[in-house]
Amino acid sequence: MAEIFVLAEHRQGQLRDITFEMLTKARELAEKANAEPAAVILGKNVKDYAKNLADYAKKVLLVEDEKLENFNSEAYQKVLSHLIKDYKPLLTIIGHTSYGVELAPRLAAALNIPLATDCIDLAFEGEAFTITRQMYSGKVNVKAALRKSESYMVTVRQAAFQAQKPPTPLNGQIVEVPSPLTEEIVTKRFLEYVLPPPGGVDITAAEVLVGIGRGIKDQSNIPMVEELAKTLGGVLACSRPIVDKGWLPSDRQVGTSGKTVKPKLYIALGISGAFQHVLGMKNSDLIIAVNKDPKAPIFSFSDYGVVEDLFKVVPVLKNKISDLKAQKGIA
Amino acid sequence: MDIIVCVKHVPETAEAELKIDATGKGIEKAGLVFDINEWDDYALEEAVRMKEKFGGTVTAITVGPEDSESTLRKCLARGADKAIRLTDPKFASSDAYATAKILHSVIKNLHFDLILTGAQAGDDGSAVVGPVLAELLGIPHATMVKKIEFTNGKAIVNRELEGGLEERLEVKLPALFTVQTGINEPRYVSIMGIRKAMQKEVKVMGLADIGLSENDVGEAGSWLRIEKLYVPPVEKQTEFLKGSPDEIATKIVEILKSRGLI
Repeated sequence: MAEIFVLAEHRQGQLRDITFEMLTKARELAEKANAEPAAVILGKNVKDYAKNLADYAKKVLLVEDEKLENFNSEAYQKVLSHLIKDYKPLLTIIGHTSYGVELAPRLAAALNIPLATDCIDLAFEGEAFTITRQMYSGKVNVKAALRKSESYMVTVRQAAFQAQKPPTPLNGQIVEVPSPLTEEIVTKRFLEYVLPPPGGVDITAAEVLVGIGRGIKDQSNIPMVEELAKTLGGVLACSRPIVDKGWLPSDRQVGTSGKTVKPKLYIALGISGAFQHVLGMKNSDLIIAVNKDPKAPIFSFSDYGVVEDLFKVVPVLKNKISDLKAQKGIA
Repeated sequence: MDIIVCVKHVPETAEAELKIDATGKGIEKAGLVFDINEWDDYALEEAVRMKEKFGGTVTAITVGPEDSESTLRKCLARGADKAIRLTDPKFASSDAYATAKILHSVIKNLHFDLILTGAQAGDDGSAVVGPVLAELLGIPHATMVKKIEFTNGKAIVNRELEGGLEERLEVKLPALFTVQTGINEPRYVSIMGIRKAMQKEVKVMGLADIGLSENDVGEAGSWLRIEKLYVPPVEKQTEFLKGSPDEIATKIVEILKSRGLI
């Protein structure tokens, strides 16, 4: 029976969540396509991971090697090429993460296997393999078919699939595959992890966050929104472009490359709602979004939406809250 | 140091309202403003800074219709020395894989020490062209790069991982790096730059000039074939607050009060 490969992702001693999201989807697809979900785990001393993964897949391919201690796309490409040529999986699923982005396109090109990246859904439909992904920073969904092939490859978006445990552990067979790596990889070497600089403000601890995005237009507008945040007893957070422009430090960034937050209140001002940002804040208790574009993706994740110029709403809102607080102070 | 920068001419859609076109496979382009892909803008700036520091040349290259000339002109005005536009009706519907093959067919004949491009494009967001191009050229690569330094003929780069973490890698040159936004602060185009750019030539090449066949490019040479575009389903039903800014603010205050947030 053909396999559906899932590349287990791990870093600094932990299997990453996306591994279990991918395995859930792989099990669903395998049932329909008459295939077998197989986890693939590469690393150094990762037998414990393999045992854990065996609960979620019918088979676990385990390759251990000193040279696989830290992620290196060239080492991974060599090992995965070997496994894919040997097993000819129907499909290989890899996370659309910093690792998957580094690895998958080049691996697919080297093996001449059609690839679709950043997928949010996957389906075998008759003879065809189709995927769903997004374009224009989440404003449009695309359904596309991959070129007909014996084997396909995809990278999938984080949190696109909800991780579930199988009703009973699958007790998959662990297959130890000898490492095909014969020599040291010299073209690209991992040196070290670089931790983010310790920040002054911990936005993950704040109960109220006012998040700003591109719609804030200019750095000179930041004091106005900061006032609103202060009035609410909260702090200012932001989406990626604000940090890129150097208007706020990186410890204020919410999203996949920044912090994941879950405040009681998140007010999104001028944030369009690219998934990278949304993944970092969509579990907030109450989300209020203000954006000029009625079709901004952020509205699909908000409890309350305001289609209006934030510069018209924010000052009035701030004054009303200050007035209310002043009244309470007097009473 | 000779650097090639691969750029893409894309519509600015972050704050635009989009409509799906009559074919159902694309968006209506009328009314949209096109510019250099944001990530490529950072890649170009990084290349120009390296040239200013180490000498050498910067060549900007794009695959796209005639309109993409304006993005190349911008690159020239910002400090690129040469520009190449790869344009052919047969290139239409090329996905990232076909685009990488087209770029490869030309770049393999050029001298370079480094290739830079954006980590992804603002339209399709595939993040595929760079690493596939590196594979076709047989050179090492790194994606989502936030910092590039050189030492003893090697590059030391910081890659962005998740949650604010980065990793530092040593990569042999020549190499290809895809650049993440925020790596630098792209400069504005100077009047002087625009004047100089007017005198520079943009080399235009088509399918017949690059040694590929029709089957290598366009839909035939692609991994992906678009079936349809549609508006994403709503995950959470938003309640829209309507009225004047004052009325809206009052409603928000009521909501916050009812939740005990003020």
